[in-house]
Amino acid sequence: MVKRVIFRERLLPYLLLLPQLFIIGVFFYGPATDTILNSFLLTNPFGLGWKFVWLDNFIYLFARSEYLNSFLVTVVFSLGVMAVSLGFGLLFALSTHRVTLGSGFYKSFLIFPYAIAPVLSGVMWLFIFHPTIGVASFLIRSVGINWNPLLDGTQAMIVVVLAAAWKQISYNFVFFLAGLQAIPLGVLEAASVDGANAFRKFVSIVFPLLTPTLFFLMVVNVTYAFFDTFAIIHAVTNGGPGQSTNILVYKVYADGFIGLNLGSSSAQSAIIMFIVICLTVVQFRYIETRVQYEMT
Amino acid sequence: MRSLKVLLLAASLLAGLAVSAAQAAPVDVQWWHAMSGVNKERIEKFANDFNASQSKYRVTASYKGSYTETMNAVIAAYRANQQPHIVQVFEVGTQSMMMSGAIYPVYQLMADTGHQVDWSGFIQPVLSYYFTPDNHLLSMPFNSSTPILYYNKDAFAKAGLKDPPKTWQQMDEYVHKLGVSGQKCAFATSWQSWVHLENYTALHGVWFATEDNGFKSLDAKLQFNQPVVVKHFELLQSWVKEGLMSYEGRGAVPDPAFSSGKCAMQTASSANYGNFTRDAKFAWSAAPLPIEAGYPVRNSTIGGATLWVLKGHAKEENEGTAEFLGYLASVPVQVFWHEATGYVPITMAAYRQAKTDGYYNANPVQEIAIEQLTRVAPTPVSRGLRLGNLVQIRDVMDEESENIWSGKKTAQQGLDDMVRRGNELLRQFQQMQKQ
Repeated sequence: MVKRVIFRERLLPYLLLLPQLFIIGVFFYGPATDTILNSFLLTNPFGLGWKFVWLDNFIYLFARSEYLNSFLVTVVFSLGVMAVSLGFGLLFALSTHRVTLGSGFYKSFLIFPYAIAPVLSGVMWLFIFHPTIGVASFLIRSVGINWNPLLDGTQAMIVVVLAAAWKQISYNFVFFLAGLQAIPLGVLEAASVDGANAFRKFVSIVFPLLTPTLFFLMVVNVTYAFFDTFAIIHAVTNGGPGQSTNILVYKVYADGFIGLNLGSSSAQSAIIMFIVICLTVVQFRYIETRVQYEMT
Repeated sequence: MRSLKVLLLAASLLAGLAVSAAQAAPVDVQWWHAMSGVNKERIEKFANDFNASQSKYRVTASYKGSYTETMNAVIAAYRANQQPHIVQVFEVGTQSMMMSGAIYPVYQLMADTGHQVDWSGFIQPVLSYYFTPDNHLLSMPFNSSTPILYYNKDAFAKAGLKDPPKTWQQMDEYVHKLGVSGQKCAFATSWQSWVHLENYTALHGVWFATEDNGFKSLDAKLQFNQPVVVKHFELLQSWVKEGLMSYEGRGAVPDPAFSSGKCAMQTASSANYGNFTRDAKFAWSAAPLPIEAGYPVRNSTIGGATLWVLKGHAKEENEGTAEFLGYLASVPVQVFWHEATGYVPITMAAYRQAKTDGYYNANPVQEIAIEQLTRVAPTPVSRGLRLGNLVQIRDVMDEESENIWSGKKTAQQGLDDMVRRGNELLRQFQQMQKQ
């Protein structure tokens, strides 16, 4: 006979959930609904009037080459941030997880950047790579490269990708390290006995067993790259030069709070939300099936 | 009988106290501004001095961030019915504020509160930017500046140059001579669109936009991509290519390039006087902006910000606002503000006071901006701009300028794209007003 625990309380579960539901409602569902409603309106910024314009805001956006450029820039930026942060996170995790001497030191310092606010990270990288006063600029120029991220879009993109990825490396490092620690030593020893070298072990054993962690981190990193990187673009390049670092989320700010066009800004916000939802669904449907949660 | 007398005395004392307490509470006037650093202290000094000089009103100055952030704060506050009485808005926000329906025009405020103001005693170019079509003042000028040419006298001496250049042709020679003498950066500019588009067109009689630069109607279309402007940008682009001009960023970010000695000549706001005096460790001076040879002399346009009064406040609060604005326009305040910062005095009386004090004999640089603004009476082409979404249009002008400097686009393409994208923004603004 299966023992089943039944809670007799009817109201209590709902009461216990209420605070959390309240917070989600006020901080997510409320603003999200407001945004979607606003995306169908043309509003006076001072709140002194509005006009219902159906899908005009959306049509206007997609007809502009600047918006399509923003899409492209966001894709390049996100891929860059993900590649650098996941790649280096994994590299550092692999390098430190077997170290015993000073492992606490390495881990603390590798995790530390995560505690820094994005805006500060952006300002710091701005100073290091600034064409006039930056230390790195001096070194780069001494090698002969003409370094001016204020004018060259590709160089500006490099600086913001580094600034955005730098923080995220620490986050990924922590999770990869945990994932690596979970791999049973016995399996790796058996592989060594069979004559596998480090590379083979990584490809056939370590990496597949890391896929759950990798999948989780990919979902989190995509959200980070799309939404949380606003502060870095704002601190470092303001979307410039030209429009080469004008990512979607920065454009939402520029159009809404500088241009005072709340309708278009809300429409862009709604589009970004939709994109990230789609990306997450895609990841869960197609990539999760390839994740190995257990050893077969 | 005696106890009744005591009771009456006590009652009247209490009543008297209550009345005087009500009378003693000063009327609160809120002022939101965007001045940081040492200017913030000066602003607070003005508020404190005003409060100390009378007991009827109390002005509180609050720093709200940059001009853009202050404007956003005001919009959010207005929506929540928590707006301040006075807000400092930069000149590019003029059209947005005007059409917002949230402002109380200054000329009306002064008239309604019984203040007689002699508007003709003000420096006209400072006012004309903020006039209604029938020449009534919408917002009170406070910190007005105009771009001028700063130059490094030590770098000039090294290149064998003495007097500052007067024309862009001379600038070309000077820039090359400085380059030959080993100067890493001969020229840079702050506020590139304000100096090289808005002021350049005003100084050369080119219409920035139709409909009298937008003063007449919202149907205005940009049209500054004229041959003379294209040629000017081609000249600057050639300097960038030759490594003689360095692009230092947008807005006021390039200012330190001059005071650090990196760039020998720089077109920047006249309001840098205070900063440069403090930071530049070399001999420097300033001159009016160069113009193309063969063009008649015109006036430049102003930048900076003005004080707007917002609706939705009680009559006695508005009276306090009017009193304070009058105080800010008074001669002692204007003279102090002008001499400390480099912003121009807004009244002729303040200008004359500084002159009789001999201030300009000791500090001739300070007079350049005023002379550049007042050397001729402003005409419709040099009154300034009245365009919606001007903040975003400035961003577009910055972006396309960057494309020109980096060589991605030719000067003609860049300017054409500025006009095209700017016109889209103007039409959007126009549509938003049709409600």
